[in-house]
Amino acid sequence: MFTLPGLPLLLQSIVSGLLMGGVYSLVAVGLSLIFGVMRIINFAHGSFMMLGMFTTYWLYVLLGIDPYLSLLFSIPALFVIGLLVERFVIDKVLSAPEHNQLLLTLGVSMFIENFALFLWTPNFRAMNVPYIQKAGTVGLVMISFPKVIAFLFAIFLSAALYYFLKKTDLGKAIRAASEEKEGALTVGINLKRIYYVAFGIGTACVGAAGTLTAPFFYVNPHVGGIFVITAFVIVVLGGMGNFIGALVGGLLIGLAESVGAAFIPGQLKQFIIYFIFILVLLFKPEGLFGRSSD
Amino acid sequence: MTSLNGKWHIVLFALAGIMAIFLPLMVGRYFIHLAITVLFFGYLGMAWNILGGYAGQFSFGHAAFFGIGAFTSSLLQLHAGVNPWIGMALAGSAGLLLGLFIGYLCFRYGLHGPYFALAMLALAEMLRLAAVQWMSAKYPLGINLPILGDSLLHFQFRSKVPYYYIMLVMMSGVLYLSHVIEGKKLGLYFKAIRENENAAESLGVNVFKNKLVAMGISSFLTAMGGTFYAQYYLTIDEEAAFGTAVSIEVLLGPIIGGAGTVFGPLLGAGILELLSETTRNLLGGHSGMHLMVYGAILVTVIIFLPNGILGGLKSISKRYGRKGEEIREAYGDS
Amino acid sequence: MVILEVKKLTKAFGGLVAVKDLSFDLKKGEILGIIGPNGAGKTTLFNLITGFIKPDRGDIHFNGDRVTGLRPNEICKRGLARTFQITQPFGNLTVLENVRIGAHNRISSSREATEEALRILEKVGLFKKREEFASVLSIGHRKSLELGKVLATKPEVILLDEVVAGLNSREADDMIKRLKLLREEGITILLIEHVMKAIMSLSDRIVVIHYGEKIAEGNPKEIARDPKVIEAYLGEEYVLATGN
Repeated sequence: MFTLPGLPLLLQSIVSGLLMGGVYSLVAVGLSLIFGVMRIINFAHGSFMMLGMFTTYWLYVLLGIDPYLSLLFSIPALFVIGLLVERFVIDKVLSAPEHNQLLLTLGVSMFIENFALFLWTPNFRAMNVPYIQKAGTVGLVMISFPKVIAFLFAIFLSAALYYFLKKTDLGKAIRAASEEKEGALTVGINLKRIYYVAFGIGTACVGAAGTLTAPFFYVNPHVGGIFVITAFVIVVLGGMGNFIGALVGGLLIGLAESVGAAFIPGQLKQFIIYFIFILVLLFKPEGLFGRSSD
Repeated sequence: MTSLNGKWHIVLFALAGIMAIFLPLMVGRYFIHLAITVLFFGYLGMAWNILGGYAGQFSFGHAAFFGIGAFTSSLLQLHAGVNPWIGMALAGSAGLLLGLFIGYLCFRYGLHGPYFALAMLALAEMLRLAAVQWMSAKYPLGINLPILGDSLLHFQFRSKVPYYYIMLVMMSGVLYLSHVIEGKKLGLYFKAIRENENAAESLGVNVFKNKLVAMGISSFLTAMGGTFYAQYYLTIDEEAAFGTAVSIEVLLGPIIGGAGTVFGPLLGAGILELLSETTRNLLGGHSGMHLMVYGAILVTVIIFLPNGILGGLKSISKRYGRKGEEIREAYGDS
Repeated sequence: MVILEVKKLTKAFGGLVAVKDLSFDLKKGEILGIIGPNGAGKTTLFNLITGFIKPDRGDIHFNGDRVTGLRPNEICKRGLARTFQITQPFGNLTVLENVRIGAHNRISSSREATEEALRILEKVGLFKKREEFASVLSIGHRKSLELGKVLATKPEVILLDEVVAGLNSREADDMIKRLKLLREEGITILLIEHVMKAIMSLSDRIVVIHYGEKIAEGNPKEIARDPKVIEAYLGEEYVLATGN
């Protein structure tokens, strides 16, 4: 069961793990933002990623739009979807007990996922975009072109979000709302609007992640489920609501998953992720980097 | 007023009981299967409810116990010829041990609310993945139980009717257990823990121990449900045993019908099965459709009836009861 | 006879010392008041005594037994119960169920616990509200419920955290009367209170805490005149200005 990989395979898995990790970071950053601001654990996060993937898929298949160009559409589209879901659904349970909030987002994810199943059938689809399906070799390592682009965009978008949160007024208001709700209200920040925007941004992040992964990952209504658990692990590991934690955590998990796969066959690598998850929950619930202030 | 209520309950109960006993004589094979499914999910829901509805610890991973139960009794039967009834008891014990183990860890380290829910989900997933790995080598076609023909001893029947009665007994047993627990100190302690752990501790409740008791009862019963499933279908695979679909379907009934009530899980199971059948008939065999409806119902219930249907009814009757009392007081009645 | 001994209790949270070297005795049958400016460490003291927090240093003895570090439920079982400053009712349960839970501290039978609970409800004036959900009660009734739950556990000593604050004048008088009755029944009371009328009229003795330390101890009259106490509440300038 335990096979020792040779150096080339190890290097390969490190590289592709980091590349995938960049995308995970983007997913996790969005989830973390939502938790940081609204204290909601968003089970539906993965289904929004799936919507992002399908958006890109259909734009390509039906209109021939380049997947990376479709970011210009999927990001605002998912932002709006997220905002609407928050406004009309999530908002109603902000003062409900936490497990009810989790159940609600579970219900939303069930609805979205199975609606997609109804519309688009359970068939696995793949985007075959000719100019993208390339791989180059750097030294001993084979690098997949779409993964590199995904990584670059993901890091860019995460950095843009970081800048937004740090420098812009709206971003500062969002941070204020997540760190000190009472104080934010006192200085006249409209909390409701902050919630809409934050949820929208978080959803846009994961939608973008979907767009970026569609070129090299399979597209299918159930795909969200896999990513959402990984996102949970990353967010808990990095500290709930902690931006940098989510960023670094994403890279770490991507690495762990990929390198783990080199040592351990198939399904068991996911097993390890769940195991880490439980361990962190039990023994270091504030994560490696600490939670955003409670 | 209350004595009249009491009589109503008994009459209703007796009627339901008689209907339940004679049901197989009145309906065809297809409806028997439906009835078994309702009773089955009612049973599992009530088992979940003891930990989730009463003690307030919502588990998103009860498939872990269900699967352990199904696998334990089936493998013992397949490899050691263990009688499935004994297997069921052993399955329950396996579930109990697993429950106490994970419960100890979670409660000792203060996992609660959504973190507990997700930890349980992770546990179920870990078991599923381990099962996938293990079964791909040894049981690529699932675990199939030997067909031993019509036999109560071997817990196998050609007709569905005996299965119906067995599940009716099991479900009634858990129903009665819920009813008993609810009225006693244990049930009250569970509810105290659900409502406010600190306040409960300050009044002498050993929160840790009681949570473990709730977990133990719940996991034991759920695991036995796994054995029933295995004996009903005579085959199990890792998805049917440990899949998230199981975990979610188990908790939907109580949430919709009313967590923390005796009949809520059964009511919820009935409603969900009805919906599932209706969507299947209206929209054909699209496998996802009923889940979509479930999702919509879940969202609706959580927003408008956070305590489920029966929970909501209780609140409403209390409000009208109070209004009635105010009016009576105002007009000099008492 | 000393029923509760608090010896050199110390607790710090991060860099902030909440309780420092605090010692006092509680005599059986007395009513001891704990007063002090906001943030003085009074509720922390209660949390330490009842096992919700563990002290960094110091010991607590109840009826001669060392109870430092025991869990709250074990302490309640021994006969020491407390109320919370912000009431903690079991919201979705009825008033009767709330008190029954307390009664089960000593009683196993459901029927007996219900009888005891009804008796207690009568005592604290909540009998009429017994079938209401605790979440809909007014603040006055909540405080009574809080007291009722605690009494149902059949305690020897009760720790009351601001049980009069927030009540209107009539409710406050009722509560004070009730507490005096409890003392006559043999229950020892340790109470934190800001409502001066209540604490001065109820307490046999008073301990004053400021920045986590005991700065004065004595009967109400002595305390009212103690310059250290006045300074703590009203500041140094007042003491100098009034020549105390």
